[in-house]
Amino acid sequence: MATQQTQLLARTLLTPAVALLFIWMIVPLALTIYFATLHYNLLDPGSESFVGLENFRYFLTDPAFLASLQNTLVLVGSVLAITILLGVPLALLLDQQVVGLSIVRLMVIAPFFVMPTVSALVWKNLLMHPVSGLFAWIAHLFGLPAIDWFNDAPLFSVILIISWQWLPFATLILLTALQSLDEEQKEAAEMDGASALSAFIYITLPHLARPITVVILIETIFLLTVFAEIFVTTGGGPGLQTTNIAFLIYSQALIQYDVGSASAGGLVAVVLANIVAFFLVRIVGRNLEA
Amino acid sequence: MGQITLQGVQKSFGPVHIIKGADLDIADGSFVVFVGPSGCGKTTLLRLIAGLEDVTGGAILIDGRNVVNVPPARRGLSMVFQSYALYPHMSVRGNIAFGLKMAGVAKDEINRKVEAAAATLNLTPYLDRKPRELSGGQRQRVAIGRAIVREPKAFLFDEPLSNLDAALRVQMRLEVTRLQKQLGTTAIYVTHDQVEAMTMADKIVVLNGGKIEQYGSPLELYEKPSNLFVAGFIGSPKMNFITGEPAKRQGAATIGVRPEHLKVERDGQGGWHGTVAVAEHLGSDTFLYVDAGPQGMLTARYVGELGLSPGDRVSLVPEQARIHRFDDSGKAIRA
Repeated sequence: MATQQTQLLARTLLTPAVALLFIWMIVPLALTIYFATLHYNLLDPGSESFVGLENFRYFLTDPAFLASLQNTLVLVGSVLAITILLGVPLALLLDQQVVGLSIVRLMVIAPFFVMPTVSALVWKNLLMHPVSGLFAWIAHLFGLPAIDWFNDAPLFSVILIISWQWLPFATLILLTALQSLDEEQKEAAEMDGASALSAFIYITLPHLARPITVVILIETIFLLTVFAEIFVTTGGGPGLQTTNIAFLIYSQALIQYDVGSASAGGLVAVVLANIVAFFLVRIVGRNLEA
Repeated sequence: MGQITLQGVQKSFGPVHIIKGADLDIADGSFVVFVGPSGCGKTTLLRLIAGLEDVTGGAILIDGRNVVNVPPARRGLSMVFQSYALYPHMSVRGNIAFGLKMAGVAKDEINRKVEAAAATLNLTPYLDRKPRELSGGQRQRVAIGRAIVREPKAFLFDEPLSNLDAALRVQMRLEVTRLQKQLGTTAIYVTHDQVEAMTMADKIVVLNGGKIEQYGSPLELYEKPSNLFVAGFIGSPKMNFITGEPAKRQGAATIGVRPEHLKVERDGQGGWHGTVAVAEHLGSDTFLYVDAGPQGMLTARYVGELGLSPGDRVSLVPEQARIHRFDDSGKAIRA
């Protein structure tokens, strides 16, 4: 990109793609903002009228909002903690030279390829079902009462399912990072008399700081908008116990048919996501600087 | 103390024999260089001594104690790696202190030792920098600092200067040699560069194909190479080898003459005649590649400038006393 000609060429060639992306983004956003200022209920067509910020007031003062905000944060935080705390040792294990490792690796990665709806159904009906589920059968073997997962610990159950789905992602990213750790550094630590544990704490873990940051950032983006797993298993219940922001917006729009309030909720979610992203980048983003 | 003895050390990776029985006596305080072409096993031998690889057979004695089953950290050796292997997230201070910290040395003592090591290596102003903020030579010095601070029985260097540019390499070569003499610690140094080997070593080990070809002082190797391989490997430009009639007249299968022991004369009498194919003028020396007919291509070194150009006829007269004679198996024939 040295000369003016190449700069001009680059801009000309980039313009269609950038313009398309811009339209793709700005039209839904503009429409959402527009709907958010309307009284717009699908059950009452033709009654649309401008109500200003009334939808925002309604959404933000709804007790369901705070509950779902809390659920969202608990869900994101728990899944992040579980996937990283289990992902690091799992990646360390998979980094060893063992017979049949390629098959083990494939199996560890497999959950990530299963559709969220499918895995949620499998968990709900085959594993966690209080009557016919595998867990109930195991509990029965030990003479224990079966746990009715989605009634007794609904949010925890959802967290468990989502963690199972995202653990392979974290493991995979951490594994590739481990494989890029300089062999001579490990040997230098060995010569320096570091035990396996000290080598892990002083050499491996600092090396993993950056991939862990990547895992946190990417997982957060996706976990803020978890929907399918909740929809399939608990439907946000019992009560509001598993309703997160994404599910709340869904229920506003397609259970209460209130398009205006759902649009306002969507915009609130965008702002919240940006606040979370801002703090995340402030806290962990400096790890990404070279 | 740092006396290292190898007794019949062998190493194989599966069916591949890397080290085929090495016997060696390294005296306390000496600077020994392992030199040889790529794949000769010199780095493997060093790693065996360090304990980073397990021996397949034989014994390694450090100060008379067999350390074959002792983990690397407890052999009392420290190593400088080719890539330096500095810990990227630790400061220079942290890097140098790491070994002492792992050994559970008291904080004050660590600080004192780290600062002493840094002072020795002119690293004091950089103690709080990260490795990535240092130049190649400085990183090299940190790696050396990490080695000396533990006051080991011996230093192991694995081609430490190969990542530096030519000028810096010459400077670091001097610094490493000076430091080693000053500390009086045994050092084993691996390199493929015979100039490094000749200039730094008290004694050189020439390795080829997993075997020790010769063990001796640099001048011993230069003046009395025990076989064709050593003769060809030590010395730059390479020794000329002549087979056939001229060799037979000397009672050998092959004779070798170093380029600096060929007297170059324009249209001279006697010796071998040939035409200059290439002349390299360095100012101080001239390297001549001479097509000498039945003797093949010969390299000659002329100190100074002779004003020869390709195509000129020259005669090359070998110094009789400096002719090396080798038998059929490549072994040197001693008169």
